[in-house]
Amino acid sequence: MARLRHYLPHLVLALGAAAMLLPFYWMVLTSIRSPSEIFDVSLWPVPKTFSGGENYAQAASSVPMARFMLNGLIVCGGILAVQVLTSVPAAYALAKLRFPGRRIMLALVIAALCVPVQALALPLFVGLARAQLLNTYFAMMAPFFLSVFAIFLFHQSFRSYPDEIIEAARMDGFSEMEICWRLVLRGSLPSLAAFAVFSVVAHWNDLYWPMIVINKTELAPPPLGMLFFSDAETGANYGALMAGATIITAPIVLCFLLARRHFIAGITMTGVK
Amino acid sequence: MTTLDVSVSAAGPARPVRSAAERRLIRKGLLFAAPAMVLMVAIYGLPLVMLGGFSLTDYQLGAIDWSFVGLSNFTKAFHDPVFLRAMANTALYAAIVIPCGVFGALGIALLVHGRRRSRALWETAYFLPVTATLVAMATVWQFLLHPTLGPVNAAIKALGFEPVSFLGTPALLIPTMALIGVWQILGFNMVLFLAGLTAIPKDLTEAARMDGAKSPVDRFLTVTWPMLGPTTMFVVVTSSITAFKVFETVAVLTKGRSGSETLLYELYLEGFDYSNTGYAAALTLIFLAIVLVLSIGQTLRMERKVHY
Amino acid sequence: MTPQSLELTGIGKGFGQTEVLRGIDLTVRPGEFLSLVGMSGCGKSTLLRIIAGLETPDRGTVSIGGADVTGADPSDRNLAMVFQSYALYPHMSVRENIATPLRMRRLSGWARLPLVGRMIAGRAALDDIDAAVEAAAGVLEIGALLERRPAELSGGQRQRVALARALVRDPAAFLMDEPLSNLDAKLRAHMRAELSALHRRLGATFVYVTHDQIEAMTMSDRIALMIEGRIEQLGTPDDLYRAPATLRVARFIGQPSINLLPVEIGPAGRLSLFGLEIGLAAALSGGAETTGPATLGLRPEDLHLRADGLPAKVLRVETHGADRYVSCVLPRAPELALTLRQSATDPLGADADGVLRLGFVAGRAHLFGADGQRRTLHVLERVAA
Repeated sequence: MARLRHYLPHLVLALGAAAMLLPFYWMVLTSIRSPSEIFDVSLWPVPKTFSGGENYAQAASSVPMARFMLNGLIVCGGILAVQVLTSVPAAYALAKLRFPGRRIMLALVIAALCVPVQALALPLFVGLARAQLLNTYFAMMAPFFLSVFAIFLFHQSFRSYPDEIIEAARMDGFSEMEICWRLVLRGSLPSLAAFAVFSVVAHWNDLYWPMIVINKTELAPPPLGMLFFSDAETGANYGALMAGATIITAPIVLCFLLARRHFIAGITMTGVK
Repeated sequence: MTTLDVSVSAAGPARPVRSAAERRLIRKGLLFAAPAMVLMVAIYGLPLVMLGGFSLTDYQLGAIDWSFVGLSNFTKAFHDPVFLRAMANTALYAAIVIPCGVFGALGIALLVHGRRRSRALWETAYFLPVTATLVAMATVWQFLLHPTLGPVNAAIKALGFEPVSFLGTPALLIPTMALIGVWQILGFNMVLFLAGLTAIPKDLTEAARMDGAKSPVDRFLTVTWPMLGPTTMFVVVTSSITAFKVFETVAVLTKGRSGSETLLYELYLEGFDYSNTGYAAALTLIFLAIVLVLSIGQTLRMERKVHY
Repeated sequence: MTPQSLELTGIGKGFGQTEVLRGIDLTVRPGEFLSLVGMSGCGKSTLLRIIAGLETPDRGTVSIGGADVTGADPSDRNLAMVFQSYALYPHMSVRENIATPLRMRRLSGWARLPLVGRMIAGRAALDDIDAAVEAAAGVLEIGALLERRPAELSGGQRQRVALARALVRDPAAFLMDEPLSNLDAKLRAHMRAELSALHRRLGATFVYVTHDQIEAMTMSDRIALMIEGRIEQLGTPDDLYRAPATLRVARFIGQPSINLLPVEIGPAGRLSLFGLEIGLAAALSGGAETTGPATLGLRPEDLHLRADGLPAKVLRVETHGADRYVSCVLPRAPELALTLRQSATDPLGADADGVLRLGFVAGRAHLFGADGQRRTLHVLERVAA
């Protein structure tokens, strides 16, 4: 009885975890099974014939998987770079410099935090359509060039940087740019890392906005590519479909497994604010 | 330095004169904030104004002429059976995802919190779905729940029941998508609850034991649950906002067929598939209003935090 | 409830590789105020938590009033504990905080539910609890704060609420874990007096953990000085100060610290300091190791000026109101600083070069052998140095 009490939490957690992980397991398992085993619903991990090669080859040949990945990389990298470039100086100014309009801008940042991008999609789409910019990388990235969340996060983090060091640096002849990027940001590297994770994961997995501005296969980021792929492969070849899903899910999941702590901190950061 | 400043202000007008260094900092502050301010106007300001404008017109993207229709887009929305169905579907979806996602996560967090050595393992297992690309995973779920090819129905059959066509029965579409929604949100909420649990001082739980709270249930009710109040509020708010933004699962699994459209998917169809820009703008404003109502409390809390 | 005794026998406890407690035997008498004193890491808090039942000992037994409670749940021991952080429930009012121990013990699970509980519990039980809360609040003079939340109270007020929560249910004994360490110095002195008065008024058994020897010396009936997981000495505050059992006790107790001088025990037990006999002799018990190096301990107040004493150069003079502490070094042993207590109104007594001549009260010297144990001293008739 006492033993049962001791192991019961583990048992419950293990059952729950099995349910949570079942989709991942099934995805990888199917991706290496041959199409003839499609009616085999057993969870036995070893396929009768290993068809991983063919499935992955088919996934990569019927749609440009590598191109999707590259698109994802370009879009996530571009968004993150511009977000950091615009939000760090703004957050520094809000946290450490006094200028007219500062309080209003802070209030606007907070207000903008509640506005989901889906609410802005329509006018942004109209604007980009008028400017003939649909189906470009720029269109995919533009709405995310400013992250009010990054400004909020860095503002909270920069505020705790000691004013004395900034004043000493000014006396030593540092420019404000150098103080901002080389001193203050250096003191907030954990926030930067967490925000990078947050931003990359959010935009790698985003479907809504790419679906609006992109309809060319060669520009599709991974989720949109996956949608094109699954629409094209309606039920015909689950092995290849699961291979494609594995390829698209793998980068973020692997990064998560490698840097678990940073990931959890980054993605749940929204919870700490 | 100081003496110099004093003499300058004594000689100058009554209004306090800013020193050159102060003026330089003000200039720098404006300069540093300028790119963000410009983007704020371009990404938030102008689009919101445009959105308000569109919502009062019958504008269709690509059309040459349009006319001002007042609030008729909004009245139309509340008589549009498709939109009302989308609202009802989203509400049903939220009504499943919020309680299951919040209380399920609380239960998991309570169990995980007590583990010392295996805690990292459980955290990883439950958090994995949060990081996974939902579009890809929705495809996997489609296969898992397949009436003849999926292991879920195989298990149901093995238990002696009739197989369930999760994605073929209209009444089950929203609950099935809600199940996937819960699957994805559990790990996220669990981590928030774990942070909340870690923040409860150990002394309080021990004081409760000394005070006679012998059973874990007593300790939970005396200390843990009240101390988790703010965390729970936050988790409920974020979960409801996430629930009202459900889109990917619909786009992959049903594309809105058999009356399974949700708020955001309906908005997508009207705005970008049918190009009913004016009507879609009105729907967007309704969506935005729902999100703002849900997040108002949280926003006021952040506002306080920024200033103190 | 009549005050209960607490008996600990052979308590041992380790965390991983480190042994925190190494065989503690201790009996706390009914109604006694006993302090556990020691540096941080000596195991005093762990010992208190073992008494409370918050930790389980690896070895040994705990009894309360003669009944073995070693494996019992904390809630079944009828002990009250005051935590260093006070551990007040922040979401409850002061009244609810104080009532919690009674509600937990007297009301059923259903009766404790919010809203509906009131109907199930019955008027009489709730009135009893209210009366007990009011009485406890009255004792600690916090009757006016009952509707406030802990966050609205000052440190001293929180301390009183924590005490009220402990005494509301008349426990077998009170356990206190550094309860005064979060208060400022003035309030701490005031609360020392209040705690002593409370102890006298209740006549209850108190076990009090502190690292502050002044708290222990001023309030306790007895002190258990703990060093490295063992009780180094158990005795009254006077015992520990006037007759430290070991060199380590002598070092710990007393502020400023005791002066320690290296001496040599020669033939017939005669002590010599830097080769000079000083008119003291160690009692010889006949063992082989009765001669050789030893340590002589002299409290600062037992040093005084003496015309033919040892010359010592003054390093620093600190005046604390009525008293003056003079630090000086002996030219023979410059690494050894001595502290001398004088009345601030007396002349310092140093010559133009800042040199004093020191003597000591022979009858109050302490001798510790090479093993650190106390040895008996005799004063010889001819007193030198």
